[in-house]
Amino acid sequence: MNNVTIDGIKTSVPEGSTILKAAESIGVKIPTLCNHPDQAVKGNCRVCVCEVEGSRLLSAACVMPVWEGMVVKTRTPKVIEARKTILELILSNHPQDCLNCIRNQNCELQTLAEEYFIRDNPFSQKTRGLAKDYSTPAIFRDPDKCINCGRCIEACSVIQNVHALGKVGRGNKVIVAPMLNGSLADSPCVMCGQCIHACPVGAIGEVEEIDKLLAAIADPDKIVVTQIAPAVRVAIGEEVGMETGTMPMDVFVSGLRQLGFDHVLHTNFTADLTILEEGNELLKRLKEGGTLPMTTSCSPGWINFIETYYPDLLDNVSTCKSPQQMFGALAKTYWADKMNIDPAKIYSVSIMPCTAKKFEASRPEMVDSGFRDVDLVLTTREIGRLFRMSGIDFDKLAGADFDSWMGAYTGAAVIFGASGGVMEAALRTVYEVVTGQTLENVNFEVTRGIEGIKEAEVDLNGTVVKVAIANGLANATKLMDEVRAGTSPYHFIEIMACPGGCIGGGGQPITKTNAKRVERINQIYVEDEACEIRKSHENPEVKTLYEEFLHEPLGHQSHHLLHTHYTAKNKKVL
Amino acid sequence: MAEEMRIVLRNYGKIDPLNIDEYIAAGGYKALEKAKGMNQIDLIEEVKKSNLRGRGGAGFNCGQKWFFAYQTNADQKYVVCNADEGEPGTYKDRLIMQGDPQSVLEGMAVCGYAIGANKGFIYCRGEYPYVVDILNQAIDQAKAKGVLGDFDIEVRMGAGAYVCGEETALIESIEGHRGEPRFKPPFPGVEGLWGKPTIINNVETFANIPVIVDKGGDWYAAIGAPSYPGTKVLTLTGDVNNKTFFEVPTSTTIREVVYGLGGGVAGGKKFKAVQIGGTSGGFIPESLLDTAISFDAMSAIGATLGSGAVFVMDESRDMVDVVAEITRFFEHESCGKCAPCREGTARMNELVGKIKDGKGSAADIALLKKLGGVMSIACLCGLGQAAPAPVLTTLGHFAADYEDKLV
Ligand SMILES: Cc1cc2nc3c(=O)[nH]c(=O)nc-3n(C[C@H](O)[C@H](O)[C@H](O)COP(=O)(O)O)c2cc1C
Ligand code: SF4
Ligand code: SF4
Ligand code: SF4
Ligand code: FES
Repeated sequence: MNNVTIDGIKTSVPEGSTILKAAESIGVKIPTLCNHPDQAVKGNCRVCVCEVEGSRLLSAACVMPVWEGMVVKTRTPKVIEARKTILELILSNHPQDCLNCIRNQNCELQTLAEEYFIRDNPFSQKTRGLAKDYSTPAIFRDPDKCINCGRCIEACSVIQNVHALGKVGRGNKVIVAPMLNGSLADSPCVMCGQCIHACPVGAIGEVEEIDKLLAAIADPDKIVVTQIAPAVRVAIGEEVGMETGTMPMDVFVSGLRQLGFDHVLHTNFTADLTILEEGNELLKRLKEGGTLPMTTSCSPGWINFIETYYPDLLDNVSTCKSPQQMFGALAKTYWADKMNIDPAKIYSVSIMPCTAKKFEASRPEMVDSGFRDVDLVLTTREIGRLFRMSGIDFDKLAGADFDSWMGAYTGAAVIFGASGGVMEAALRTVYEVVTGQTLENVNFEVTRGIEGIKEAEVDLNGTVVKVAIANGLANATKLMDEVRAGTSPYHFIEIMACPGGCIGGGGQPITKTNAKRVERINQIYVEDEACEIRKSHENPEVKTLYEEFLHEPLGHQSHHLLHTHYTAKNKKVL
Repeated sequence: MAEEMRIVLRNYGKIDPLNIDEYIAAGGYKALEKAKGMNQIDLIEEVKKSNLRGRGGAGFNCGQKWFFAYQTNADQKYVVCNADEGEPGTYKDRLIMQGDPQSVLEGMAVCGYAIGANKGFIYCRGEYPYVVDILNQAIDQAKAKGVLGDFDIEVRMGAGAYVCGEETALIESIEGHRGEPRFKPPFPGVEGLWGKPTIINNVETFANIPVIVDKGGDWYAAIGAPSYPGTKVLTLTGDVNNKTFFEVPTSTTIREVVYGLGGGVAGGKKFKAVQIGGTSGGFIPESLLDTAISFDAMSAIGATLGSGAVFVMDESRDMVDVVAEITRFFEHESCGKCAPCREGTARMNELVGKIKDGKGSAADIALLKKLGGVMSIACLCGLGQAAPAPVLTTLGHFAADYEDKLV
């Protein structure tokens, strides 16, 4: 331990602590901008500078380790002048665009400008005039707003191992840009959106498509149907000032009806369906000697990644479409038929925690219903904006039910939202199918949690099935390298592109820390526990679907509507 | 009257630099042999005793630095010679490497033995390809003679950016990354090249080592200024009669350098200012010329010794014009990593340019002072911290040059 004095307050902190951590521990707040609590230290913005006794230079609190007897002052006139001047410098090269900005009121730079009462910036306003990049259907970049903190680069390279972003140029001309200074679409970007969470400002965001929804709702010829992904409910409340996980499902549904959706259905329904299709696909591969290990396919960021980085392993991926796309294909066939609605009139909207889903819905092959299966994908954040705009008071709003035939779900579908959930849901079903016995304890604790790679073994009537779970693509890389090398011991691998799974998806409320992801994960399992039915194969509406329409898992209709194929991307990668 | 004293340049012009036998005949590699006969800690003590301080600009005690690397346990350690020499007007490292490359290799090998490293790199300025050739030949000869023992030296060509001379940016560059400085601590002596303890010293620092080992720390410590003993190689440029180089004891004053060895201001003009230490050096007026060219004496007057470049300016020079060139240089050379330097160097250049063009106001001068003050204490590395010195020192000593141009 080291004894240090910060602003006259004496404390003792572990050796090697930074000034920032030491100050935090005694409630002294030091401003930061490039620092990210879950990332490596950067030390490049310098707004965290403090005075350290005996040193001519100011010290950056986020990187400077304390030493025994260190005396730090965080609020002297010298410190304040330095911080203010640095902010003025950054802001003089930053578009004064808060009112039009996707991060208005949720921006670390804006907050600091307010806290340091930046008024008349003495430096002349001069921005770089860099063009926005709208080359992908999911993520835009506004490089003029970039403050070069490097957080997105770390998210993309270290957490995701995608290496789409890097620094280009030097000095005042340095910019953060997609690989080879091209467009995002030409880079290996998988559209996971983790860079959006990492970004302290509005330099990266989701491509907003709220206007398309409003137009569809206003169109009397369109019947607007929506599906909600499993991970959305635990997080949507954060967008409207509620605690994580506290928005009740029925109130959420009711809010969506208020927005003007004609029918509210649930992606959880097709999550349960996925378990039946994918579980049977796994059993078939095990029995018939198909390609193993089989990996999941529900995370579109993961699919983009394997198509880019492991095109030789595409046979390992389950052919199941993601729940979103299964839903899309069924809504305009089975459901339209059941509801006696002209599928041509259906405008299918999905509400997703995910930016890559926007890309997935736009894939050319996703038209198996005879129409574009999913017309529009909105992220949790976009729905949050709509809720705020419409002024709904969720404390006073009475709940409402889902519509029929594709609205029922089990706890097994709920947990799709967290890393390990698909695996656990599959095990609940596969166990009963293979052993013919009832699974008394449905909780597979080993599959749960935010840990990057988890593994488990299950005994299915004497056959030991080895499974692994990865979240975050850098972790996926580790498992796939084993597969490529032929040394993978597993039969089934669940991969979610985003840290923590979909609850940490690129379209979720801006997520600063893994601690927030863990909070959402915990809420997912609370919801699962509260469900009466917790095994996918017991979903009554899924049973009806098989009885009336699909007839059997992996059958002819399933093959046509619920399964797909993958294509190598042939992109330039590092 | 000031006189030259050649320690670093002891063999310069006297031996054939490409013939190792001549170096050996002049006493070369005796020091390495002697060093290897000592135990490591005694050797480091001897270097400490000499009080030799780094000649690359930061003036850190050389033996002390070696001690940190010696003390750190690691399976691999490195010795790096900083030969990036990016300061405009500086060419003393080139002189040493061209005139006596073996002295640098020997100094590095002594360091390698002292800290327990068997691998060295020379990071040589990209604009000196012919020096790279000389170094490679010298290394080949030393290897053929077996004088370096198991110590291996490799030459790496610099990336061409000024900031790559900063030791941590240099490490990044050797590792194949963008030449951007790292935050210190950890210092390279503890965690440097590929995370291993690494000693980085300047060419001139290493060239001093064999002599110190040979003649002893006490002998060296008695030369020049006590707090920064030894000699310094200076390169004179600008409006001075003798535009050449000298090696003088560090107790020599600037006046002796300019008027004695330098032969005074050229063309019979009057002296106006001298900038010492390279582009980021402070500007020194007539009234401070009796300062010694030692690290601490220079710091005391708000200037730096830096690389030992001496740029003399006569009465016809306008300080704002000269400084405008410098601010442009720094805007160009900022690596862009940290905000106050990336944005600040550009703003500084903009403000100085505005004043130079006759469009500046008193408010711009006040802003320059504030900006310079903040940059010099808040930037990440020495480049951004030193960049405002020319502006701040000219605003201090030559305010009239600025005021004459205000609207
Ligand atoms: C911007 C910048 C450029 C530098 N360039 C050089 C250089 O060209 N050569 C050099 O020896 N040191 C240079 N330095 C100093 C080095 O960081 C380091 O202090 C030095 O190499 C240590 O060696 P020494 O202790 O022998 O002086 C530079 C420092 C900065 C901040
Ligand atoms: S990034 Fe932040 S400071 Fe910049 S315009 Fe957007 S909200 Fe304002
Ligand atoms: S885009 Fe955002 S996260 Fe990336 S460097 Fe710029 S400001 Fe930082
Ligand atoms: S001070 Fe300048 S050169 Fe040094 S790290 Fe900062 S931007 Fe780079
Ligand atoms: S937060 Fe410390 S330098 Fe950016």
